[in-house]
Amino acid sequence: MITSFLHRAVMQGIPLLFGSTGEIITEKSGNLNLGIPGIMYVGGISGVIGSFLYENSLADKSSPNAFLIVAIPLLACLLGSFLMGLIYAFLTTTLRANQNVTGLALTTFGIGFGNFFGGSLITLVKTDVPSITLSLTSKYFSKTLPFADKCGWFGEVFLSYSFLAYFAILVAIVVGFMLKRTRTGLNLRAVGESPATADAAGISVTKYKYVATCVGSMIAGLGGLYYVMDYASGVWSNDAFGDRGWLAIALVIFTVWRPNIGILGSILFGGLYIVHNYLNNIIPMNMSTQELIKMAPYVVTVIVLIAISMRKKRETQPPASLGLAYFREDR
Amino acid sequence: MNKEKANREQLVHISKRAALPGWKSWLIRVLSVVASLILCAVIIVLFTGDNPFQIYATMIKGAVGTPRRIWGLLQNVAMLLCVSLAVTPAFKMRFWNIGAEGQVLMGGLATASCMILFGDKLPPAVLLAVVVVASIVAGAVWAVIPAVFKAIWNTNETLFTLMMNYIAMQIVAYFVYIWSVPKGSGKIGVINATTQAGWLPALGKHGYLLNILIVAALTVFMYIYLRFSKHGYELTVVGESENTARYIGINVKKVIIRTMLLSGALCGVAGLLLVSGTDHTITRDTAAGRGFTAIMVSWLAKFNPLYMVLTSLLIVFMQKGATEISTVFGLNDSFSDIITGIIIFFIIGSEFFINYTVKFRSRKEVAAQ
Repeated sequence: MITSFLHRAVMQGIPLLFGSTGEIITEKSGNLNLGIPGIMYVGGISGVIGSFLYENSLADKSSPNAFLIVAIPLLACLLGSFLMGLIYAFLTTTLRANQNVTGLALTTFGIGFGNFFGGSLITLVKTDVPSITLSLTSKYFSKTLPFADKCGWFGEVFLSYSFLAYFAILVAIVVGFMLKRTRTGLNLRAVGESPATADAAGISVTKYKYVATCVGSMIAGLGGLYYVMDYASGVWSNDAFGDRGWLAIALVIFTVWRPNIGILGSILFGGLYIVHNYLNNIIPMNMSTQELIKMAPYVVTVIVLIAISMRKKRETQPPASLGLAYFREDR
Repeated sequence: MNKEKANREQLVHISKRAALPGWKSWLIRVLSVVASLILCAVIIVLFTGDNPFQIYATMIKGAVGTPRRIWGLLQNVAMLLCVSLAVTPAFKMRFWNIGAEGQVLMGGLATASCMILFGDKLPPAVLLAVVVVASIVAGAVWAVIPAVFKAIWNTNETLFTLMMNYIAMQIVAYFVYIWSVPKGSGKIGVINATTQAGWLPALGKHGYLLNILIVAALTVFMYIYLRFSKHGYELTVVGESENTARYIGINVKKVIIRTMLLSGALCGVAGLLLVSGTDHTITRDTAAGRGFTAIMVSWLAKFNPLYMVLTSLLIVFMQKGATEISTVFGLNDSFSDIITGIIIFFIIGSEFFINYTVKFRSRKEVAAQ
């Protein structure tokens, strides 16, 4: 049971890991992108639209092109979330709009976009399928390592995931390394801490903010895609993604802006998200207690947030200019 | 950097405007709304293939077509406006309270619990007083927790209040299960349906009139509070510059806590109006995203309570209209969120042209340098 719990926890954690890694890059550039929940919806639905159109255009459903069936949703997802990031970056960096308002508008827009197409895609394309079920695409997206079954519990805990899950961990490690050890990462952090200083040092603040925001949202969008194609086995249902986007933002704080801690953090959050199902087998409890246990990730985040603000350790603070627009001629 | 690139960079020059006459800045805002409506029309036509004027007629009919719909529209405007008024003093202080959703829910939960627990124990007038006090206190408490941490340890309030939303939602979900009727159904249903104990009284035959009047009074109160009171002045100074505030002897911590108490108390009132004055029940979706929409409403109105009436009307009108379109054309009703998003993007973007000017230099000028 513990192995199956860990397995489910990781499955739950991967979308959060994508979301939080994307948000960390964005926040390191000083942009507090509260549009992440919307971006993850858009990432998911864009992938769904891409694969829905492709699956419907197939004449012979038994032998799809293995490359196209993976590449089309993947590219559609990246494109959709890139455009969302671009809207945010344009409004906040070029037009210097308020980041909180822009982010929340982006979330409203993104969730609306996801639910609209999720609910109307079938009407719009004029097909007669009863629901959006992309089992064909999902089969490719949820393919696990071939030798996972043979390795017992080790296989179930470590090897039984699809390529996107390993990609999420890889991205987190690469981003963690990039932020800490490379020149690009140093510059990015400088932009987030003090854009005026970075500007004076000859770093293009605008460029860094744009690239960080767009790359960040593309990574976050993959979380939505992973959720639909692997976790939900290719079935899109409106609002099923729930509040995972906000949980990803909570994870950013929980990991004190470090993607590599995020790997373990996301599994922990994923576990907290589903632990009530498993606790139920040990200590029977009613639905109301389960609702209280679902509160745990948010309470933990609040405690971390308070703790880092009390300790005032420099390594664990939010980027100093987080949430502020930069205008060179301001003083 | 080669010479050509250097020249190109100078072609656009952005600088801050000193001040723009009021009518000009409003012209820009109105133009941006018009532009967004045109874009929305294009999108609607792409999806439905119908005549855009026809569609706007459908929207207007959906929003204000019948007296019943007008009352529904006014009620929704009042609720959104109430939450917007609540978050405004905090925003003016640059305290990013995005936890209105949770504060409204806690206010609503306090209302619902008083109605359930004391429904048949207290006389109606006393119960109503208890309900009002409980909801205001609950909202204020939920808001003051992040404020205290912000004041003492400078804890990031945006993230803190955001998390408090979901904690509130789970607490509501917990109590909804405990009090569900019938047991285990996960729904409370209409509370005190027969006795109507704890319900806000209906004025005349329109159930929502009292809500609307209360919010109208709050709007005037908030306008005066922000504009003419000492408190309003102090919180504006804290928002503009904390150092200035400290220098002229304002107790910044006290102002932060006091303002958030007010902000939360008003959110509690919104919860009261929603539970006791409208739905007579509570679910975890009672606030229905108003806590987030209110932030945009407040910001779009430049934190002016009187303009907020207009901005909340605009947003609710578009939402109702878009819902009607999706019903008529068999589309999903999340369509209204897309429309709202687009309009807000345009208005947010238009602020740039109010605050900054963009000068395009002619090539000749650059060459001459």
